[in-house]
Amino acid sequence: MQKRIIVNHKLLEIMVMRLCHQLIENHGDFSDSVILGLQPRGIYVAQRIQKTLAAILGKQVPTGYLDTTFHRDDFRRRDTPLTANATKVDFLIEGKKVILVDDVLYTGRSVRAAMDAMIAYGRPANVELLVLIDRLYTRHLPIQPTYVGRHVNSLLSQRVLVEWQGQDTPEDNIWLITKTDE
Amino acid sequence: MQELSVRHLLGIKDITPQDIQLIFETADNFKDVLNRPIKKVPSLRDITIANVFFENSTRTRLSFELAEKRLSADVINFSSSSSSVKKGETLLDTVNNILAMKVDMIVMRHSSPGAPHFLSRHITANIVNAGDGTHEHPTQALLDSFSIRERLGDVAGKKVVIIGDILHSRVALSNIFALQKLGAEVMVCGPITLLPKYIKELGVKVELDVRKALAWCDVANVLRIQLERQQMKYFPSLREYTLYYGIDKKLLDSLDKEIVLMHPGPINRGVELSSDAADSHHSIILNQVENGVAIRMAVLYLLASRQ
Repeated sequence: MQKRIIVNHKLLEIMVMRLCHQLIENHGDFSDSVILGLQPRGIYVAQRIQKTLAAILGKQVPTGYLDTTFHRDDFRRRDTPLTANATKVDFLIEGKKVILVDDVLYTGRSVRAAMDAMIAYGRPANVELLVLIDRLYTRHLPIQPTYVGRHVNSLLSQRVLVEWQGQDTPEDNIWLITKTDE
Repeated sequence: MQELSVRHLLGIKDITPQDIQLIFETADNFKDVLNRPIKKVPSLRDITIANVFFENSTRTRLSFELAEKRLSADVINFSSSSSSVKKGETLLDTVNNILAMKVDMIVMRHSSPGAPHFLSRHITANIVNAGDGTHEHPTQALLDSFSIRERLGDVAGKKVVIIGDILHSRVALSNIFALQKLGAEVMVCGPITLLPKYIKELGVKVELDVRKALAWCDVANVLRIQLERQQMKYFPSLREYTLYYGIDKKLLDSLDKEIVLMHPGPINRGVELSSDAADSHHSIILNQVENGVAIRMAVLYLLASRQ
């Protein structure tokens, strides 16, 4: 297995800062906007975005965690069973502008499931998608992100991993992992 | 990723403590789903489930049916009173005919102990035991332990007494297995005629005095006195049973601690439980019913993912 850093912690900080400013351009003071991080790994991105926005705006944007497990389309079609994670949405999304947040956009199936899961909490005014990494030419569904940290050209056999300081590593990094036959 | 160690839920005896924890964790998530404005998820939309009830049931069948519908499964209901079983068809033939209509899972209640175990050796569909005679009622035990966990934080280390007709109760047996696997201490309490002869071999305490039992426990699970069995004279009269084993508010208040009161339903008000006790803050009886749907959703979901 080969691991290569494609975004280091300094670049990642700049990237998150840029995404936050793009969000502010569209959402102003976030009075009608909420953030939904997708379980399991999108919640760390959502937390980071919320923290950075709080530093810039001086207010906490409502942030929830959305679990898509029960809405996925690959249940009973994969070898390993799907384990559910907690959903934590303490606000109504009826009439709100929703920003879905995930770390890596790959086939787009999780995002489709997330949109299904989200509808259970009301009818949002509009929905946007923010991802740190957009893997190009890998989509199974016609889904495009509104805000992108970086586009990455990768092989199907490769994997993109976003690591957050405190979760499993000493610092934030985004890795491109290539499986090799050893 | 975790999965259940079994393909069928035949009894608590056959599953591991890890299985129970996995079911509880999944049920936590389904409980969350049930509190949303839209209480439905599409997970089992390509699955057909048959509820096959050879014995009467209201609560369990409604609870299973609701759980199945909340998971978007297709549901068919079968009860033996209006079927060819009356014409002499065997259990295996009946079920094979249902399965020939492309059914993926069977939820079965039967009056004979071991009926779902027999079936599991002959068919490939997943089976959930919804009560087999006086043997096991696994989903009831799971929802009971889940409700204790919800109220007291954990089941391990808690003292639970099961009061009433232990002899005929599948709820009692499944509860004993579940509570012991989760690390609780279990006591049974009732008239000596309603306690099975070898009950001590299961590693439970036995107490004949209900006051001592209540003073010992953190949780009291009170079973229904089966009025229909009154002719068999397991005790002299209902009045005498109520006098010695009935639980009322006065008795609960006389204890120097708060205990949790449970009942699998239906309650005979004024027999094993007085109304003031059943409706008191001690009681988590309606929480049990609510949790039943989440637990059954978890069981069906986890078994379906093991196809």
